[in-house]
Amino acid sequence: MRRFGSPSGRRLVAGIPLAWLAVLFLVPFLIVLKISFSEMRLAVPPYAPLFASHHGVPVPELHLSNYAFLVSDPLYASAFLYSLKVAAVSTAVCLLLGYPMAYAIARSRPSRRTVLLMLVMLPFWTSFLLRVYAWIGLLQNDGIINNVLLYLGLIHRPLVMLQTDFSVYIGIVYSYLPFMVLPLYANLEKHDPALLEAAADLGARPFARFLRITLPQSVHGIAAGSLLVFIPAIGEYVIPSLLGRTDQLMIGRVLSDEFFENRDWPLASAVAIVMLLLLVVPITLLQRSERRELEARR
Amino acid sequence: MSAAGEAAREGEGPYLRIEGVSKRFGGFPAVDDVSLSIGRGEVFCLLGGSGSGKTTLLRLLAGFETPDRGKIYIDGEDVSAVPPYRRPVNMMFQSYALFPHLSVEKNVAFGLEQERLSRQEIRQRVGEMLEIVKMAAYGPRRPHQLSGGQRQRVALARALVKRPKLLLLDEPLAALDRKLREHTQFELLNIQKRLGVTFIVVTHDQQEAMTLASRMGVMDHGRIVQVGTPSEIYEAPATRFVADFIGSVNLFEGRVTEARADGLDIHCAEIGAEMRLACGPSSAAADGTPALTHGALALARGVPAVARGATVWVALRPEKIQLSRPGAPGSLTGIVKEIGYMGGVSTYLVEIASGKLLRVTLPNSARQSEHQISRNDTVSLSWHSASPIVLLR
Repeated sequence: MRRFGSPSGRRLVAGIPLAWLAVLFLVPFLIVLKISFSEMRLAVPPYAPLFASHHGVPVPELHLSNYAFLVSDPLYASAFLYSLKVAAVSTAVCLLLGYPMAYAIARSRPSRRTVLLMLVMLPFWTSFLLRVYAWIGLLQNDGIINNVLLYLGLIHRPLVMLQTDFSVYIGIVYSYLPFMVLPLYANLEKHDPALLEAAADLGARPFARFLRITLPQSVHGIAAGSLLVFIPAIGEYVIPSLLGRTDQLMIGRVLSDEFFENRDWPLASAVAIVMLLLLVVPITLLQRSERRELEARR
Repeated sequence: MSAAGEAAREGEGPYLRIEGVSKRFGGFPAVDDVSLSIGRGEVFCLLGGSGSGKTTLLRLLAGFETPDRGKIYIDGEDVSAVPPYRRPVNMMFQSYALFPHLSVEKNVAFGLEQERLSRQEIRQRVGEMLEIVKMAAYGPRRPHQLSGGQRQRVALARALVKRPKLLLLDEPLAALDRKLREHTQFELLNIQKRLGVTFIVVTHDQQEAMTLASRMGVMDHGRIVQVGTPSEIYEAPATRFVADFIGSVNLFEGRVTEARADGLDIHCAEIGAEMRLACGPSSAAADGTPALTHGALALARGVPAVARGATVWVALRPEKIQLSRPGAPGSLTGIVKEIGYMGGVSTYLVEIASGKLLRVTLPNSARQSEHQISRNDTVSLSWHSASPIVLLR
């Protein structure tokens, strides 16, 4: 029997997730990349093969036309920019709501902490889709919120909340708030309370202590939480489809329309590749921030 | 300390005055009715075991806790309800609590920035203070790039740069290794003398307290049991707890068979003898020759007023007992059970007739001689008549 923790055993442990990523991420990514450089065909599969056979010799045929089309048609730029805006605003709102929540949980008594964390994660017990549908019932013109406000006489006409930017923000912030709270909590919970006492002892008032001690030390938690909200929010498909505007699409919806409605796989693939490139920037930032935190702790 | 400082100390009365301060945590008294006065420029050590309330008392002084009862005055001003950020007091934390995201310079500058001093002045004072603690070359480093001893200096500089009226030090040397600790003790005292700041040091290490303190207070169960100079507390402990906590001690229980104006007769079953304790320094070998005896114990510091029949304890420090061979007839004899070699001294555990083990410490200067004592030897024990102490509690 092999000794536990032998080099080959360690390689095996690291190898399983690597193989998983290779099979389920790298290979599909390469396929999508390949399709993005081909042309649409009314065939099965609905795209031209990458290697055309010229007199028996395979010649690669790379088409940049899909990418050119993405640039030329303002629909795509508009959808990308709108997605960035929605993701950015949602992330900011999540941060503003999530930071005080995470701070309060981290500062509460250990026995209560477990309960509060459970409450943060409680929504996950119900399907994400059902919860988004529930928001339709709350926000629509004859929904619960409007009916209550009308009954109380605070408004005389129903407020239009559904299918607006507002309802998209509500849906995204509601769905992704736990992803902001949990990494922030994990960061804030590790803070040494003696540092705040030392700052107080050196003359810092409560707000100065927060600004100069707590905030700078939670930068990595803020970065992790923000990226965990921002990255999936950019590509969000379900929430804007159910709650969002019909006149302004997010990029996820565009991608799905190209794929399923127009059956233009190469263009859909090009959209996916551009989206991925847009996401590489924040992901790289996240990794750098995590690496720095690890180095600082050493 | 300068003569002017001494005069100021006498003119103003105590610099720090703690009056009947109590603090309970969940019904448990952490600090129980403590009153204490500390003069300007003193190095006062609070000594006690864990849970004795010494750290809570320090935190009360810093303002991290507010007293349930009692008042704290610093330089005549009642600070009992003043929040920590407005107290003229700074603290050096046991963990040092250096800000990990700030450089050494920025750590030291933090307190001055809170006072909104000019950049020029902050830079100058930070520079001076880093010079004093010999850390001037490390200004741009982060705390995690420093050794334990260097961190300790930065923590000291950060607390002192605010020129506090009172510097509180929570186990300042506990995180340092032994060699560095001894060196740092003296350096700490040098800096204290140079700046004239009043130090209050919390420690569980009696050796550290003895070296640092001009006076010390021994704490137990939230109360201050005894206050005095290190030698007062070592030579004349007030209770069995203090005698046992500071250094080691041999304790004998006894009953007072006769109480006279000039002394006590105590029956000590454990020694197996009637001891006569005389009062006053006169009996303690007035002619200068040490009287080595066990039959009559003389008390240089006076015999406490006790009634006949009262139970008392006689305390005897291990280094005040002499061993000689062979056992002289009529003297207290015992058998050496264990010898612990500790370099400069050796500790002998000697069993006397009653079965009680006595701890005796002798210097090893004569260890190589032919009179060397070895295990299972029969020895006679004797001590200077001024050595034993009578304790009522």
